[in-house]
Amino acid sequence: MKRSLLVPALMVLFGCGGDGGGGTADEAPQAAVAPLGTATVSGVVSFEGTPPANPAIDMAEEPSCTMAHDNAPTDPQVVVTGGKLGNVFIRVMSGLPAGPYPAPAGPAVIDQQGCLYTPRVLGVVVNQQLEIRNSDSLLHNIKAVPTENRGFNISQPTAGMQTRRQFATPEIMVPIECNVHGWMKAYVGVVSHPYFATSGMDGAFRIGGLPAGTYTLEAWHEVFGRRTAEVTVGDGETASVAFTFTAG
Amino acid sequence: MSSSFCTPAPHTGEGDAGHVRAMARVRRIVGLLAVGAALFLLPASHFPRTLHAQAPSRGKLLYDQWCAECHGETGGGDGSAAAYMLPRPRDFTRALYQVRTTASGELPTDADIRWVIDEGMPGTAMPGWKSIFSDSDRDALVEYVKSFSRFFGSGTPQPLDFSSKPGGGGAAVAEGRQAYQTLECFKCHGEAGRGDGPSAPTLTDDWDFPVRAADLTASWLFNGGPRVEDVYRRLRTGLDGTPMPSFSDAVDGGVITDEQLWYVAHYVVSLAPARAPSGGDVLRAVRIDGPVPGDPTDEAWSAVTAAYVPLVGQIIEAPRWFAPRVDGAWVSALHDGRMLALKISWNDPSRSPDPSWQEWLDRMSATMTDVDGPVPTAQGPDRMHVQFPLAPSSGMERPYFLGGDARRPVFQWRWSSGSEGLVEGTATGWERFTARGNPEATSVGRFQDGRWEVVIARSLVPADTLGAPAFHPGRAIPIAFFAADGSNGEDAVRGALSAWVTLHLEVATPATAFVAPVVTALLTVGLGLVVVARAQRRARTHELDNATEEQ
Repeated sequence: MKRSLLVPALMVLFGCGGDGGGGTADEAPQAAVAPLGTATVSGVVSFEGTPPANPAIDMAEEPSCTMAHDNAPTDPQVVVTGGKLGNVFIRVMSGLPAGPYPAPAGPAVIDQQGCLYTPRVLGVVVNQQLEIRNSDSLLHNIKAVPTENRGFNISQPTAGMQTRRQFATPEIMVPIECNVHGWMKAYVGVVSHPYFATSGMDGAFRIGGLPAGTYTLEAWHEVFGRRTAEVTVGDGETASVAFTFTAG
Repeated sequence: MSSSFCTPAPHTGEGDAGHVRAMARVRRIVGLLAVGAALFLLPASHFPRTLHAQAPSRGKLLYDQWCAECHGETGGGDGSAAAYMLPRPRDFTRALYQVRTTASGELPTDADIRWVIDEGMPGTAMPGWKSIFSDSDRDALVEYVKSFSRFFGSGTPQPLDFSSKPGGGGAAVAEGRQAYQTLECFKCHGEAGRGDGPSAPTLTDDWDFPVRAADLTASWLFNGGPRVEDVYRRLRTGLDGTPMPSFSDAVDGGVITDEQLWYVAHYVVSLAPARAPSGGDVLRAVRIDGPVPGDPTDEAWSAVTAAYVPLVGQIIEAPRWFAPRVDGAWVSALHDGRMLALKISWNDPSRSPDPSWQEWLDRMSATMTDVDGPVPTAQGPDRMHVQFPLAPSSGMERPYFLGGDARRPVFQWRWSSGSEGLVEGTATGWERFTARGNPEATSVGRFQDGRWEVVIARSLVPADTLGAPAFHPGRAIPIAFFAADGSNGEDAVRGALSAWVTLHLEVATPATAFVAPVVTALLTVGLGLVVVARAQRRARTHELDNATEEQ
């Protein structure tokens, strides 16, 4: 679980998502597509109230996965640290110049580690490759269950296997699941442009390379739904945006 | 789903009428010239759509009459009968098809859709229509079904390359068994392939309905066909909309060879009988020298071939049950002239109650709510009932198969995996059962790898001949079965049952059958010898007489 939380945090740290979308910490930032501008939107997602407890996962059928977790594993649906909410997918919903925005050449990566997805929430640009990796020495199937796109259901029976797929239509969000391990869930935001990010463990996010302008941002969380915010930012500036989700 | 997904765009009758009226007004006011101009200026696409609305396509006519009740008028899989079915009728709006020749997530070819319409989906409510509709009607249905989804547009779906040869030979099954383990097929399908793997209770389809891992020992129920090449194709393409993934990427990535995938298919096919059971068999109780076995693992059972009795959901008496777990039972029978033993085997992935199947039951009770009241949320035991007419039948008439009635009661053995074990008694209706004290039959049940094996034994002639039927060798004995899986929400009359079938106890060959031929042979030979001896004597006498005359 710790590992799965660390990667979204690193993504934010390295500004992934904002500069071409959805890489992971071990991917070099993808510079294939030049940013349109020099403006940056950054902020923090806060959480008010007592977060619901995450459901426990019974991994007894997979001893190797059980051993990958220090404590009794839980399904990290709600990640709140010090009043900040992680795994929130934030994107520019409107205000951008009309595209099209080409897909980055490099893939976004989702890994299966210890019978959990890493990261749990990520974004890709339309037609960008999504690389699915298996770091577990056991069978996972990876099923995408979109409504706007064509899904897929592929098996990865061994560690080290990599498969690439892509989505042709914007969709917030495409659920990813494993049927062998029913608790495994991830969410992929398919966006028509590269201006999106996922909040880290500290709730922080950053979307860079924007042209100056006024934007509506939408924040999505798998349990708490959606919030929107307006922001105006000039060239070379960093504008701050705050999102707040509440319990219940 | 919204009707905007359908092509061509719907054009309502009201709109057409309005259009006609408007045109008439134009004619009146502006005259023929203006009408001609208006017609000229109308977009060309307007006319075909109007015509289409006036004369619904053949596909729509057929669909509305034969398909919509299950699949819904707009193809959403939400027809009026849908709530009674599991698996649910296919929702065509998402264009997810299980049986395809294309890669996972790709659209099916027209031939793929046509195949399902032709052959149906065994083990579900979807029948094959090959013998009912003409070729062109079935093609029209393919086109109409596609019109429910916006995913079917330009471009032709491309089938995968299936040109590799199936291989086979003696090693194929053993190699396939190995690959079945390596690929962890057992996670869902179970060690023995009976759909009882550790992940089986958690499986859902893309609409969040519970879905069973296929029982690989019942290949005649496979969606997409039972042959090695059918299974191979399902492994390559996966079954979209279900948890069954495609293994094409594993082959392309070198994790498994194409040959190994063929071996898996060979192994899967080897798990089922070579010939699909017909279900019309008479249950023959073979006579053995005795004693009859009391345990399902006894060697004596190898003397008899099990007959298959298909079971279907009990959908007559409330609460009806449209999602039975048990598809059929294999029945063997032996007797020794004194005792009868029945061995009943059936596949049931859970030994109920089983905590790991609670998630399945929770989903079942959430899914099947629209049918005759709530499905229990607590797991009961697994059950098997065996039923006979209480009194010997006169002629062909048999008691009502749902537990008899007051005029013709039935006798039942009610076996349960719970503490009550075997209870016997008479019934005059499905829920009017009177248990007898001191049951005469005994039972031994054994559960392993998703299969129950239960032996029930009793003397041919009961002590109480009024309260229980006697079994006479040589006579046709009507027998029926009912099975219930407690982890599937099957309590009370929820479960699966058979029609009456016939049990026939082999008649012992009487000793005279062996003696008579020997006696006959001896007599024949003896008589023959006498005749020959006489003839020889007569001939000799004749010779002597002639000799005397010559002297």
